[in-house]
Amino acid sequence: MNAKVKKRVNVTFTHIILIIVSLLFILPFIWMVSTSLKPITQVFTFPIEWIPDPFQWMNYLDAIEYIPFFTYLKNTVVITVLSTLGVIISCPLVAYSFAKLEWRGKNVLFVITIAVMMIPSQVTMIPLFLLFNKIGWVGTPLPLIVPAFFGVPFSIFLLRQFFMGLPDTLRDAAKIDGASEFRIYWQIMLPLAKPAILAVGLFQFMGSWTDFMGPLLYLTDEAQYTLSLGLQQFQSQMGTEWGLMMAVATMMTIPIIILFFFLQKTFIKGITFSGIK
Amino acid sequence: MAQVTTRKKTPIPPTIRKPFRKSSLNGWLFASPWIIGLLLFYAYPLLSSMYYSLTTYSILDAGEFVGFKNYGELFHDDLFWKSISNTIYFAVFFVPLSILFGVSLAMMLNMKVKGLAIYRTIFFLPTLVPQVALAVLWMWLLNPGFGLVNGMLDSIGIQGPNWLGSMSWSKPSLILMSLWTIGQPVIIYLAGLGDISEEYYEAAEVDGASWFQKTRHITLPLLTPVIFYNLVMGLIGAFQQFTLPYTMTQGQGTPANSLTFYVMHMYDNAFKYFKMGYGSAMAWILFVIIMILTAIIFSTSKRWVHYQGE
Repeated sequence: MNAKVKKRVNVTFTHIILIIVSLLFILPFIWMVSTSLKPITQVFTFPIEWIPDPFQWMNYLDAIEYIPFFTYLKNTVVITVLSTLGVIISCPLVAYSFAKLEWRGKNVLFVITIAVMMIPSQVTMIPLFLLFNKIGWVGTPLPLIVPAFFGVPFSIFLLRQFFMGLPDTLRDAAKIDGASEFRIYWQIMLPLAKPAILAVGLFQFMGSWTDFMGPLLYLTDEAQYTLSLGLQQFQSQMGTEWGLMMAVATMMTIPIIILFFFLQKTFIKGITFSGIK
Repeated sequence: MAQVTTRKKTPIPPTIRKPFRKSSLNGWLFASPWIIGLLLFYAYPLLSSMYYSLTTYSILDAGEFVGFKNYGELFHDDLFWKSISNTIYFAVFFVPLSILFGVSLAMMLNMKVKGLAIYRTIFFLPTLVPQVALAVLWMWLLNPGFGLVNGMLDSIGIQGPNWLGSMSWSKPSLILMSLWTIGQPVIIYLAGLGDISEEYYEAAEVDGASWFQKTRHITLPLLTPVIFYNLVMGLIGAFQQFTLPYTMTQGQGTPANSLTFYVMHMYDNAFKYFKMGYGSAMAWILFVIIMILTAIIFSTSKRWVHYQGE
């Protein structure tokens, strides 16, 4: 067998394995979309009818009316966008100071930051709830937004790793030209760190978009609910509104899939682990 | 532990040395949001959680200081022990399996074939679906009567179990479901694979190394820092299992509390029964368990974690 044929066999074999495993990962998703288009009577038929007959587009309209969809969507978007913005503003600043600036106490603070990543969020959950309750933030989305503006340890760590990889010569040259530290950061370093910032932004966006426990704890008024909480409302004592629930789940998922598909390459490039020791 | 690599410092003559030089001030300014965040959202709650754990505090009344009474009570709480054993069961099986599957998946997704962007998106898909929808989806897939999984088993002549309905299968079912959402670690493994220098493979190819040999002697050893990272993160995550079992069992942990996980029991105590002191004691025990396990992993890491260029 010559090298060319051998390579072709290898590539084909790789594709076959990837396709089989992909099917396993995508099947339940296809089921979700298919169920979102079925009348309730077809949901449980066996063998499964993958293609709904007829397509029940009404499910989408009914779902939107079953729960206050647009209110929940607006709440979810507000929380997600603002908390992502918070992470994008605060974390690169902090990460940059850990990676490139010299200051007293830096090393100690960085070690503490790493240690904080080990604290289960549940340990701080009760006191934070009581704190937010005392200042009247429970029942508002503020506890789900404001902390992001003060930095998230995981994102700070990831961005620091990225900044560590950027050459110091850039900074030194700008310094000789008399640029201020903030200007160097804003005009030179930040544009270079775009892929990494995109990565932490997307992680935060996805986490926030599908978060369940946070809204469950802090949002008490139904008018404040997010889509994640809204999904639960299709489950009741009377049974589950499968088609409608899956319609909302599909509407929640598709936008992020598109986002991920186009950003995934930059996204993976932005995560760097060289220098974790 | 991640070590800080600082640039070589040129010694500063003591006469010029001041506690806050201009650059030092800049550093503090840049880091100030996080310093405030650390104090407000980590240090303060950590200390108050410790204090609350020694009181009978609830939202409804101020409570009183009772010393270690909450901790003592926990030892007589059957559900506490049940939830710990459930959580450990989950972690023991889920964490190693997630590493095995995560690394294999990432290696497949790192091969140079067409349509990689599509494959990667597909593997990441389950991570993008809201967990509440995932939970409901799986309840249907694993339904013993009309679910897809048993239907397929049936067609090849196997009588499937009553997955989520039986004591012995409920936890394995949950492990199966959780394995399906390993997109995030896979992304991190992929980044790690991308970091491995091509030179190693080229050198190995010159020596005629097989695919298996390259994996065994280059890929896996050089991936150990990332495996190490995901091991720690996976373990912490496993001990915080909440949303899936909570939504699936509507907070009940059914059947027979076989799906009552540690954090669910803690959530019930703190936010359903408002036993904030008791819940805080549970939080601290969780913290201590995770700290001990992390310390054990860190202490063994020198033996098996290799870094490029060492």
